[in-house]
Amino acid sequence: MTNISQNEAAASGRPPALPSWVIARIEALAIPVFALIAGAALFSLFLMTQGKSPQEFFALVWRAAFSSAFSWKNTLSHVSPLLMAALCVAIPARLGLMVIGGEGAIILGGLAAAVVGASCGSIPAFFGFAAMVVAAFVVGGVWIGTVGALRVKRGVNETISSLLMAYIATAIFNQLVESVFRDPASLNKPATMPIPDALRVTDLPFLSTHWGVPVGIVICIACYFLLERTTIGFAARVTGDNIRAAQIQGLPVSRLVIGFTGLAGGLAGLGGFFEVSAIYGNANDSLISGVGNTGILVAFLARHNPLAIIPVALLLGGFEASSGLVQRRMDLPDATILVFEGCIFILVLLSETLYGRSDSLIRKILFAGRSK
Amino acid sequence: MKKILVSPFSRRSFLKTTGALVATTAMPFGMRSALAAGKLTVGFVYVGAKDDYGYNQAHAEGAAAVKAMEGVTVIEEENVAESVDVINTMESMINFDGAALLFPTSFGYYDPYVKETAPKYADVRFQHCGGLWKEGDPSNAGSYFGYIGMGQYLNGVVAGHMTKSKKIGFVAAKPIPQVLNNINSFLLGARSVDPEITCQVIFTGNWSLPVKEAEATNALADQGADVITCHVDGPKVVVETAAARGCYVCGYHVDQSTLAPEKYLTGAEWNWPSVYTDFVKKALAGEPIDNFVRGGLTEGFIKMSPLGPSVTEAAAKQFEAVKAEIMKGGFAAIKGPLKDNKGNVVATAGQAFPETDIALESMDYLVEGVIGSTN
Repeated sequence: MTNISQNEAAASGRPPALPSWVIARIEALAIPVFALIAGAALFSLFLMTQGKSPQEFFALVWRAAFSSAFSWKNTLSHVSPLLMAALCVAIPARLGLMVIGGEGAIILGGLAAAVVGASCGSIPAFFGFAAMVVAAFVVGGVWIGTVGALRVKRGVNETISSLLMAYIATAIFNQLVESVFRDPASLNKPATMPIPDALRVTDLPFLSTHWGVPVGIVICIACYFLLERTTIGFAARVTGDNIRAAQIQGLPVSRLVIGFTGLAGGLAGLGGFFEVSAIYGNANDSLISGVGNTGILVAFLARHNPLAIIPVALLLGGFEASSGLVQRRMDLPDATILVFEGCIFILVLLSETLYGRSDSLIRKILFAGRSK
Repeated sequence: MKKILVSPFSRRSFLKTTGALVATTAMPFGMRSALAAGKLTVGFVYVGAKDDYGYNQAHAEGAAAVKAMEGVTVIEEENVAESVDVINTMESMINFDGAALLFPTSFGYYDPYVKETAPKYADVRFQHCGGLWKEGDPSNAGSYFGYIGMGQYLNGVVAGHMTKSKKIGFVAAKPIPQVLNNINSFLLGARSVDPEITCQVIFTGNWSLPVKEAEATNALADQGADVITCHVDGPKVVVETAAARGCYVCGYHVDQSTLAPEKYLTGAEWNWPSVYTDFVKKALAGEPIDNFVRGGLTEGFIKMSPLGPSVTEAAAKQFEAVKAEIMKGGFAAIKGPLKDNKGNVVATAGQAFPETDIALESMDYLVEGVIGSTN
């Protein structure tokens, strides 16, 4: 009490004002980091109620996810689909749409890529790859684009429709993989015909991770420029901030919504392409992995900023990669990592209320030394 | 006051802490030298929960038996998907825990995951459950499985005696060979008692879908089936639902009699403790393990649950007689003349497929009398 009043008195009022964009930048970095730390603290409490050591937990996460070449390989194997899944949430979010059904676009895109790839063995690899990428992008794009179209044409809530369509996608996927597209040789695990070796995405030179990771990173950067540095991106953001204003300005709102949801779905489909081509070599139910849901968390933690998605996906990929070691060493169930992610997610959502309100706090911290 | 403050730094606790610290830091080396001294770390990977009253629990019981062995450290990981996850788990067990013998226990782990990973770790042994190891596959990989179809045949014999409606039911996960063989064996066992019996099968679509399993069980009961069995990862829901509907139940994977003490007839169980301790004994002694291992009732790979209190004397008598017959070896559930339920001949008169016949492991039909379709 006395300290504060002394400080305030000494500064003869309040610390100097900061330009609002500086405040916004600081907030954009500090608040998610704060949410992450607070989430970790909340989870530590949970661990202590279970009689486990938080210290051991975080040490194991570090060890399993980031401490060695093998850890990195494990982490990066989770990152490629996460990047795409997160973009599928982040891009529509900039238009003010909460699309949470990216999983559907990933698995159907993967299926399309696998089916096309399996039938493209006889043409040059370049065209084969092109056909697979186009197939995955188009199918994923149509799937999530439909969500956007339902929104603007019929006023259907995009959160609900995308979520429900993800279940439909799973059902369609299973039905097709187990019937018309099934490889008769896949006895114990139904799968589509194998993709020829020439159409398998390879590992990067010197690294045991596949091309999906660098391509995903490049796409994240490209999306950042699309959203932040182009007129069409600006139009999208205006639509997201105030749809009425956008309409009055004469922006093509429905085309923007359908176009950007289509792009988001197409990228998720591309994520599916990398999964089948780099990892599985066919489409089977391993593709239904729930990565679309982890992508939601990544996008929120990244504040729907495509550039921030890259480090956040690495972090979350690392968490997922450490699940096994945590389970074996600490004798905790495999859902532990989900609890951890859930704690972070709750804090991220709660911290949304801090934006625009931490102005005075930031100034106090920044000028704490000077005000004396 | 002072005493309390000082006591945490007493010599004894100081030694304790330092000792623990030294032990932790030195662990990697300790583990390596221990390995050299004939110690073995064995990793078990399960696709579901290890207390699922079913497939995974059966394996976990095997792991528990291994845990009790001298000179062995057991590490386990559950709920590992049949995806790139299992590669990560196996490599993590090798790199972080120093595992030298791995048991990835789910069907879908083998191809491509075990086949891809094994060549990278030549001094680790990959023993996979359910796969079909063949010439040309990695030599440090192997597959083992049990002829549990015979257990379902015995289930069927008891079911054939106990059914009044002449309709029995089967809740199945996926139409894959090992499941189809179980369904066919169950019906053929029942038909060995009464050729009029039919078996309705419902596929749920995946290994662990408790809600669908309950719905399927109810649907079977609604259609008049009065003895029900299943092939899903965790039979708990099927057993409890069937018993609640007044149906008799035959178990699968492990003994589920505690879930339905009155209605439980018998069950086809895995006997992994004997199989796993055998493998580990061989590994400890440095003896080679065969790449392709199969076994049935005779070899101690499978066993039957004790007969339940409702089983009639006639049923028990035939059950024991058929079991003795199977123990002799060469017994065939699938034998001609036999058609599938679409009218195609699967075995001509005089033709028989004993349990050891590898053709059974690519079965793609349901025999006559089974109501249901493989697609």
